[in-house]
Amino acid sequence: MFFPISGAHISPIYLVIVGFVIGILGGFFGVGGSFIAGPALRVVGLDWNFAVGTDLAHIVGKSVVAVRQHRAFGNVDLKLGLIMALGTIAGAEVGAQLIQILKRAGNVNLVVSIVSIAVYVSISTFMIWESRKTLRSKKPGAAAPPTAVSKKHDPSSFGHVTRSIQRLNIPPLIKLPSSGVTISLWIILLVAFVGGLFSGFLGGGAGYIRMPSMVYVLGIPTHLAVGTDLFEIIISASYGTFSHAIKGNVDILIALVMHTGAAIGAQIGAISTQYFAGPKIRLAFVPLPLIGAAIVIYTLMTGHKL
Amino acid sequence: MKKETAKTLRAFLIELAIYAVLVVGYFFLVLHFLGEGLQRLEQHHRYSYAGLAILLMIGQAVLLQNVTTFLLRLIRGRTE
Repeated sequence: MFFPISGAHISPIYLVIVGFVIGILGGFFGVGGSFIAGPALRVVGLDWNFAVGTDLAHIVGKSVVAVRQHRAFGNVDLKLGLIMALGTIAGAEVGAQLIQILKRAGNVNLVVSIVSIAVYVSISTFMIWESRKTLRSKKPGAAAPPTAVSKKHDPSSFGHVTRSIQRLNIPPLIKLPSSGVTISLWIILLVAFVGGLFSGFLGGGAGYIRMPSMVYVLGIPTHLAVGTDLFEIIISASYGTFSHAIKGNVDILIALVMHTGAAIGAQIGAISTQYFAGPKIRLAFVPLPLIGAAIVIYTLMTGHKL
Repeated sequence: MKKETAKTLRAFLIELAIYAVLVVGYFFLVLHFLGEGLQRLEQHHRYSYAGLAILLMIGQAVLLQNVTTFLLRLIRGRTE
């Protein structure tokens, strides 16, 4: 199939399958999936700039589907998502500026690669330690599929640190009834800002950082963190899509075709979360940042940007 | 329980088959004709293109989700 905007010839079946796989991951883990979509579009010959912009557009649609499904299960905290969107956009802008500074210094690729490998591996190592410890602790609700009530009592071996963060009395304090958490606005904005910073710095939506941060720093139950992260992704990815589209980096036809697969995948992913307890979702999340790290290592060693 | 799972799986596979046919029709009837207009817009009116791109994406998301929900309800209703 010919896509006139980017001038690319890509099989629509390939795009639908890629969209489907990313849809499942997104619906289940609350991530955008750009670490797979970007390389998958590059492999079939789409220019890097189009791969980044088009992926963002597809993420908007996939997240809309997943959020509607998660909302039906009560897994979306709209108030938290809206606050986080502000911090994320600010962070993304600062991250993009940092990239420009490093570009001028002439060592952008090496710095970004090393930082991203360190971040990805740290997240995976920490999450595998925490989720396995929680599952072994046999705390109530650690392994059993969640009910509407137990979703708000998501056990974590890192819970004592999370509670200390929640007790920090820096006004204004924000009450989040959907998540069952009261926390300082500044901590929410800081978490979102850091997520946005990595998004602008490393590319993609940085859901691999934001989703774990929401669980471990803010104390949001895993199911709500997944749904809320997706809601926040709709806003930040829309902003990114608009920004890339005016620079001529979005082939919306490719995104629309990919999304026909993602629409089904995202629903399957979102529904599947209902059958897993929070620590199990967190344990299953571990390979995602490692895939991201493997792609960066491959790029560093071969010089080919996937 | 096993019977219920088999029923859900069968309904899902039927849904997937119908969905695939609808999507192929959609590729050729809608996206094929949208291509030229969108390309012109992308070349000459970038801001309008950017806005329309987001609207199209959200519109398709809502439409496809409603279609899949409707299909699943219809198929489950028939198989029960």
